[in-house]
Amino acid sequence: MSPEPAGIVVVGASLAGLRGAEALRRGGYDGPLTLVGAEPHRPYDRPPLSKHVLAGALDAGATRLPELTALRARWRLGNTAVALDRAARTVRLADGAVLAYDKLLVATGAEARPWPAATGGGLTGIHTLRGRDDARALRAALVAGPRRVLVVGGGLIGCEATSCLRDLGLPVTLVDPHPTPLANALGTVVGGVIADRLRDAGAVFRPGTQVRAFEGDASGRVVRARLADGSAIEADLVIAALGATRATGWLRGAGLMADPGGLTCDGACRARDADGTPCPDIYAAGDAARWPIPLYGDRLVSVEHWGNAVAQASHAARNMLAGPGDQRPYAHLPAFWSSQFGINIKLVGLTAGADTVAVVQGSLAARRFLAVYGRGGRSIAAVSFDQARWLPAYAEAILTGSPVPPITDATDQPRIARADPGFPPPRRAAPAPSPAETAHA
Amino acid sequence: MTSPAEPEALRVVVDLNRCQGYAQCCYAAPEAFSLHGHEILFYDPAPPAERRGAIERAVQACPVRAISLQAGPDDGDAP
Repeated sequence: MSPEPAGIVVVGASLAGLRGAEALRRGGYDGPLTLVGAEPHRPYDRPPLSKHVLAGALDAGATRLPELTALRARWRLGNTAVALDRAARTVRLADGAVLAYDKLLVATGAEARPWPAATGGGLTGIHTLRGRDDARALRAALVAGPRRVLVVGGGLIGCEATSCLRDLGLPVTLVDPHPTPLANALGTVVGGVIADRLRDAGAVFRPGTQVRAFEGDASGRVVRARLADGSAIEADLVIAALGATRATGWLRGAGLMADPGGLTCDGACRARDADGTPCPDIYAAGDAARWPIPLYGDRLVSVEHWGNAVAQASHAARNMLAGPGDQRPYAHLPAFWSSQFGINIKLVGLTAGADTVAVVQGSLAARRFLAVYGRGGRSIAAVSFDQARWLPAYAEAILTGSPVPPITDATDQPRIARADPGFPPPRRAAPAPSPAETAHA
Repeated sequence: MTSPAEPEALRVVVDLNRCQGYAQCCYAAPEAFSLHGHEILFYDPAPPAERRGAIERAVQACPVRAISLQAGPDDGDAP
């Protein structure tokens, strides 16, 4: 018997870990609380890194998050969790320390997928962008004045970075396997608006092809990319924006349903063991969690959204403090924002599986519009380009599963036409096979 | 260019899912909040401490309560 309770350990000291810890204290938890963070920094905000930090409007160190509740926590920063022993209820850290817990919140987030070493990943000048230190290093490389920057991957990070690079006047080429940027997130109909904006801004867009390998000079610095179509792009700086994998490697061997697609949870944010039984003492929240979303038929999803990190961590904390008979289900409407090429993009819902898109306010040509995504006749998501004030009305329609289009009698609506949204077919050889669907923000 | 966060800097974050671009913060604390384009909110997450009054007015003025400001000093590292 230990003389004092081991308390709660939160593994992960970014947005979800911080807001989870705050919710525990707000919920009345008064025992020992430990936060473990792989990075040496107190929790900071990531969305500005690929926007204002790259553009030089903010220093990478300026985005520390406000801490909204007195945490009275032990901080174990710059220290990575390497193993979980569920029977002993301990977490082992990279420095050898062993932390005992009564309850554990897994909020380890995700990691940028690196360019593979076998095809040039070790060359100098190839960057990923996930953390503050990544942003600082990339910003320094931009200030040094590269001759041409190659951005690999036209997801949200790749597009935001490309937008910043053009604001800085740097020559930039964006390569993406799909016909438009943001094809996985928004489909090619809406993505086509970004393709146009990108070209208008002076970026070169190379759709429908992929980088096969990078080549370096004698000093090991990247000089060129070889593409699948046989062509080459001369570039001395590369941003590999290939998406993220969940930071669940430390859970290997712990007997949980954890893989690079996330740690599978039940509807109450409790981690499931290998047999599928929810663990009463292990919860997960944020990017690392894979959970059944009630609004979409309890499909397992893992969303890299700021709003989910906040809401899910608070919900998990609430359930951690509640009794076994009072575990409330996590019901959440996913949402994200992005700003790029001067456009404010906001999305509510999940677009996965959409068979229809309809512009219900404004127009694609004006680049100012709201579009609704439908599946089987029901509204499942809505995206706004500089039309954010319309979005809450459509969020309501998505929550109630309204027909698409859900609103047909608003003022100033265009003639509503439905189209195939143009989502790429699912990848056959994904690097991280997973039954879950993933949404990036 | 904002200077790196110093101990005396405030800490601000805006929930940009919630933000609807009403721009009340831009009137209350124009040195810390501005709108770019039609509705992109740009804000200083680490404004200097002497702006606390203006930032607090911005927090109060936001009709959708999207702005969070750290109230006091950092929590120390508990033993």
